[in-house]
Amino acid sequence: MNLNKFLKGLAIALPIVTLAACSSNQQTDSGAGTQETNQQQQQDSGVDVGAAERTMSPEEQRQEKYDELRKEHMIYFAFDESRIASEYAELLAAHADYLVKNPSVDVVIEGHADERGTPEYNIALGERRAKAVTEYLRNLGVSSSQLSTVSYGEEKPLVRASNESAYAKNRRAVLVY
Amino acid sequence: MMKKLVILFLSLSILTSPLARGALEIVITEGIDTARPIAVVPFRWKGEGPAPGDISNVVAADLMRSGKFNPIPAAAMPQMPSASGEVDYAAWAGMGVEAIVVGTVEEYSVDRYTIKFEVIDVLRGQITGGGSQMLREGELVASNDHILDARSSVVTSSQFRQYSHRISDVVYEELTGEPGAFMTRIAYVTVNYNDDKPYQLMVADYDGYGERVLLRSNQPLMSPSWSPDGNKLAYVSFENKTAEIFVQDIYTTRRDKITSFPGINGNPVWSPDGKRLAMVLSKDGNPELYIMTLANQQLQRVTNNRAIDTEPSWTPDGKSLIFTSERGGRPQLYSVNLQSGSVRRLTFEGEQNLGGTVMPSGDQFVLVNRTRGNYHIAKQDYPSGAMQVLTQTSLDESPSLAPNGSMIIYSTTHNGKQVLALVSVDGRFKARLPAREGEVKSPSWSPYLR
Repeated sequence: MNLNKFLKGLAIALPIVTLAACSSNQQTDSGAGTQETNQQQQQDSGVDVGAAERTMSPEEQRQEKYDELRKEHMIYFAFDESRIASEYAELLAAHADYLVKNPSVDVVIEGHADERGTPEYNIALGERRAKAVTEYLRNLGVSSSQLSTVSYGEEKPLVRASNESAYAKNRRAVLVY
Repeated sequence: MMKKLVILFLSLSILTSPLARGALEIVITEGIDTARPIAVVPFRWKGEGPAPGDISNVVAADLMRSGKFNPIPAAAMPQMPSASGEVDYAAWAGMGVEAIVVGTVEEYSVDRYTIKFEVIDVLRGQITGGGSQMLREGELVASNDHILDARSSVVTSSQFRQYSHRISDVVYEELTGEPGAFMTRIAYVTVNYNDDKPYQLMVADYDGYGERVLLRSNQPLMSPSWSPDGNKLAYVSFENKTAEIFVQDIYTTRRDKITSFPGINGNPVWSPDGKRLAMVLSKDGNPELYIMTLANQQLQRVTNNRAIDTEPSWTPDGKSLIFTSERGGRPQLYSVNLQSGSVRRLTFEGEQNLGGTVMPSGDQFVLVNRTRGNYHIAKQDYPSGAMQVLTQTSLDESPSLAPNGSMIIYSTTHNGKQVLALVSVDGRFKARLPAREGEVKSPSWSPYLR
């Protein structure tokens, strides 16, 4: 059932992937770029890459897109939630694609929670998030033997602050290769 | 209506005591105004030079921190008696002081001291003039019924703090009828991200003195739990990049790995008889409660449910566990009878209820209640009854009870840092134990250490 959903999603997502490649790259740049010159350089190289893209086959384009996506290892969750938001479908598809093609590669999926709630409950919640990601990857054909989980609950916050934006960053699963 | 009384004490002794490095400074934030006035008169040093230790300040701080007593400062005392015979009862009674503690310190031999003390009922002493008499074998003799307790011991200077806590226990029991819990310790976890091994398992006297590091790690440490004999701690360590339960002897440093199952190995809690460990394992799919018999490492599965089951706590009779479960949709507390397996829901108020601990008396439990997004420590009658919220601090969690059931130590957030705090079980007395650097969490109060 989940695989079906994914295939349908892929059929819709693939054309969007190619269309969105440019704009989503810009999104990443604006997030990371802090210096004017840096941003300028990245934008220039972006134009060069764009020219090369036309000569790539659809499979190559997809691969490049996936390689780019796989640089992101985090999936964020809503409060008290372990459901994977649809915005992470491509990201997880990219990781799954890589893991299926490289069956000797293992990945540990860490589950984390924000500081609200008790530490023990958050360990359970973190595990549920990690397991939601493993389940998702398994449904994309990744072998169970490549996947393992560990929940750190609220013990390893990404952002050490007590506010909504910190909480949102701390409720996460991380793919650790 | 809440009088905010902020009293800083102990700061002087923290500066002067060599044991105080890393000690937790206790700030009383609320409730001392409702406590009973008493006096701990500075013990008279009968030797040359400076006194070898300050007993009366330790005793006064203990009694104040119990939330039940308000020791008056030495400067306000009408006189400085060192024995019952010197006491001007009217002067103390006139100030409303109910009871006084007096004593002496005398050199016995090299670095050994005789400490004598008396606990005196001021009101009774005023009535009898300290000269009450009774009939014994047909003769009228002094009964001294105003002297509630009088003891004498020989201790070394390094034992002064410990003996002071012993005196506090005696005074507390004489004046309340319940045993004191001053000769106890707390275990807790500190996190200092600037260290190469940020996670530390610590143990200290209940008042923060005598702090010792039991374990340093570059990965998280969680859930310390005392064995009932006070010799061992069970805890969770991620040192091997996965959760594992360890048991460590706090005196010999011997350390045994107890579980390393796939998934969660969490929240070990010793049974009242010390023979079993309740724990949370997710090896069979999702978090469930198990009980391990330590002698043969045999596991008994307690819960079997698709929802999260976690946070076990033993009832004092060892026959039931209370625990947190999401089986009703949101985390709530339940109890399970270990013989029959029957499960009963305990909490219904608020959005979530978690982290329950049954009190030593067995007729109440403390818990973490979430109402309108706020997490506070609360208590409720067991097995059923109304809930009373005890704290107003922020993100309160990990409540742990003193062995006499009088106080709760818990983890809270103050000025953006995790610190420990105390609240009396009646909710009136509140204090904070701020750390100087890093975070402090997962407090666990020891059993009586006799």
